[in-house]
Amino acid sequence: MKNLSSNLNSIIMHLVLISYTVICLFPVYLLVNNSFKSRRAIFKQPLSLPNEETFSLAGYLKMFSRIDFGVFFYNSAFVTIITLFFVLLFGAMAAWALSEYKFKGNTMLGLYLAFGIMIPIKLGTVSILQLMNSLNLVNSLTGLIVIYIAQSLPLAIWILSEFMKQLSNELKEAARCDGVNEYQLFFYIVLPLLRPPMATVGVFTMVPVWNDLWWPLILAPSSGKQTVILGMQQYIGQYVTNWNAIFASLSLALIPVIIFYLIFSRQLIRSITSGAVK
Amino acid sequence: MKKKFPFHIIVFLFPACFIYSIFMIYPLLDTMRVSLYTQNLLGENMDDSSGVRAFIGLRNYYDLFFNDTWSWHFWNALKNNIYFFLLHISIQTPIGLLIAAFLSNRELKLKSAYRTLIFLPAMMSIVIVGYIFNLILSPLWGIPQTLLGVVGLEDLVQPWLGLKGSALITVSLISIWQFVGIPMLLFYAALVSIPEEILDAAKVDGSSGLNTFWKIKFPLILPTIGLMCILTYVGNFNAFDLIYAIKNIYAGPEFSTDLMGTFFYRTFFGYQHQLGNPTMGATVASTTFGIILIGVLIYLFAFQNRITRYQY
Repeated sequence: MKNLSSNLNSIIMHLVLISYTVICLFPVYLLVNNSFKSRRAIFKQPLSLPNEETFSLAGYLKMFSRIDFGVFFYNSAFVTIITLFFVLLFGAMAAWALSEYKFKGNTMLGLYLAFGIMIPIKLGTVSILQLMNSLNLVNSLTGLIVIYIAQSLPLAIWILSEFMKQLSNELKEAARCDGVNEYQLFFYIVLPLLRPPMATVGVFTMVPVWNDLWWPLILAPSSGKQTVILGMQQYIGQYVTNWNAIFASLSLALIPVIIFYLIFSRQLIRSITSGAVK
Repeated sequence: MKKKFPFHIIVFLFPACFIYSIFMIYPLLDTMRVSLYTQNLLGENMDDSSGVRAFIGLRNYYDLFFNDTWSWHFWNALKNNIYFFLLHISIQTPIGLLIAAFLSNRELKLKSAYRTLIFLPAMMSIVIVGYIFNLILSPLWGIPQTLLGVVGLEDLVQPWLGLKGSALITVSLISIWQFVGIPMLLFYAALVSIPEEILDAAKVDGSSGLNTFWKIKFPLILPTIGLMCILTYVGNFNAFDLIYAIKNIYAGPEFSTDLMGTFFYRTFFGYQHQLGNPTMGATVASTTFGIILIGVLIYLFAFQNRITRYQY
C-alpha cells in the first residue's frame, strides 16, 4: 500500500518536472530547428523536424554573405577571455590579502568591495561614457574589458575569499618556515589550490560578459568592434523580414553558450548547491 | 614608532581596488554629482553660451518627480517596474520552490538532468530570449494558434505583446520563464542542506510529507527566499535588454512596457524629437540607485538578522 502511494507520488513529480522541462526547452527547439528549414517550411510546419524536402541552409548562407560573424565571435571571445584572466588574477590577489592578513580597515575594505555585488555598474553609465571619452577608449575592446573587470571583481573576490578562509594553516606556515616569501607563497602554493572556486568564478564572469548588450551598445557600436550579441541585434534590426536569416543568426549566437554551459553545468551547479555562492 | 604597513598587502590589493574604484565607484558617485547640474541644451539656467553646466541643486529631481515633461514617464516607468517585480516574486518564487521541493526528494531519479535543463534558459542572453519570444508570439508565425488549437482554444489567441493591457504581463512572463532556474537552484541548495536528523525526527514523530515541508523546511529556507527576493529586485530594476530586444527603446505600446532601464536610456541618449540629456539621465540613474539601495538596506536589516537565528 505504501509502495503504491510513493510510486504515484514519484509519477506525479516526474510529470510536473517533465512538463516544465519541455516548457524550458520548447523555445530553444523551435529556434534551432527552424534555422535549418526553408522559408516555406518555417511557416507551414514550424513544429516538425526538417526532412529532405524542407531542410535548407538558406538562412546561414544569407547571413554569412551579409556580415562577418567571425569578427563578432573573435571580439566576444577576446573580451571574455581577457576579462576572465584579469578577474581571476586580481580577484584572487585581493581575496588573498583580505582573508590572510590582518590589517587596519580590512573589514571596511571588504564591505567596500562587496558593495558592487548588489549595485549594478550600469547606473554609472553617464560618467563612464565621459570617462571613456577622455581616456580615448570609446569604440575599443579595451574599454569594454576594463568595465567588465570592474563589474565582475566584487563577486569574484567574495567567492574566492570564502574559499581561502578554508585553506589549511599548516600548509601556509610550513611554507613560511621554509623561507618562502609572501609573493611566492601566493603564486606558487595558494593559486594552484584555487582551481575549484575559479571554475565557479569563471562561469559567473564569462556568461554575463558574453551575453551583455548594454556596454557594447553604448561603447562600441561601430563596425568591426561589435560583440556577437550586438552584431546579431543590429543585423536583426536591419533584416526584420528575413526569417531564415534571423533564425540562423539567433541560433549561431546561442549555441556557443549552450555548449559552454553543458560542459560546465555539473561544476557550476555543484558549486552553487554546495554553498560556494550564498 | 608606528609600524609600517606591509608592502605586499598593498601589492595584492592595489590592482583590484584601483580598477574597481576608478571604473565602478567613481562613476557611480560622479553620476550623482552630474545629476545636480543642468544640461546646456534647453536654454534654462545656463551659465553662458559656452556649454558649461550650471549647478542647480536638486532641481532635476524636482523636475523628474513633478514637472510634466518628465514626471509622467518617470512615474509610469516606476509603476511598471514595481509591477514587473511583483509579478516575478509572485510567480517565479512558487514555481522555483515547487520544482526545488520535488528535486530535493531523495528517491527521485534523473535529478541532475532536470536541474541542468531547467537552469539552461538562465544562461542564455536576454536579447536572444527576447527575440525568440517575439517570433513565437508574432501573429505572422502563429505558434500559439497551433498549440492552443490542439485543445480547441485558438480563439483565445491575441497579439499579447502588442496590446497595451497585456504587453507588460507578457514581457514579465518571458523574463520569469528565463530565470526560474535561479530560485530553483538556490532553494534546492537550501533544502538539501537541512540536516537529516531534523527530518528524521519529524518522521518519527509522524509528521506527513506536506506538514514537514511547511512546518520545518519552509521556515528553514526563509533566509534563502529573502535572498532570492533581493536578487530579483536588483535584477528587475536593472532590466533593459529584454524590453530593448522586444520593443526597442520606445517600450510600446504607449510606453506600457517602459521600465527604469529603458526610461534611463531614452533620457540619456534621446529619442525621436527629444534630445539626449546627460544630466537628466544621471538624475534617473541616481534615482534608480536610491531605489535599489533602499531595497538592499531593507533586506540587510530585515533578513540578515533572522538568518543567524536559523543557523544550524
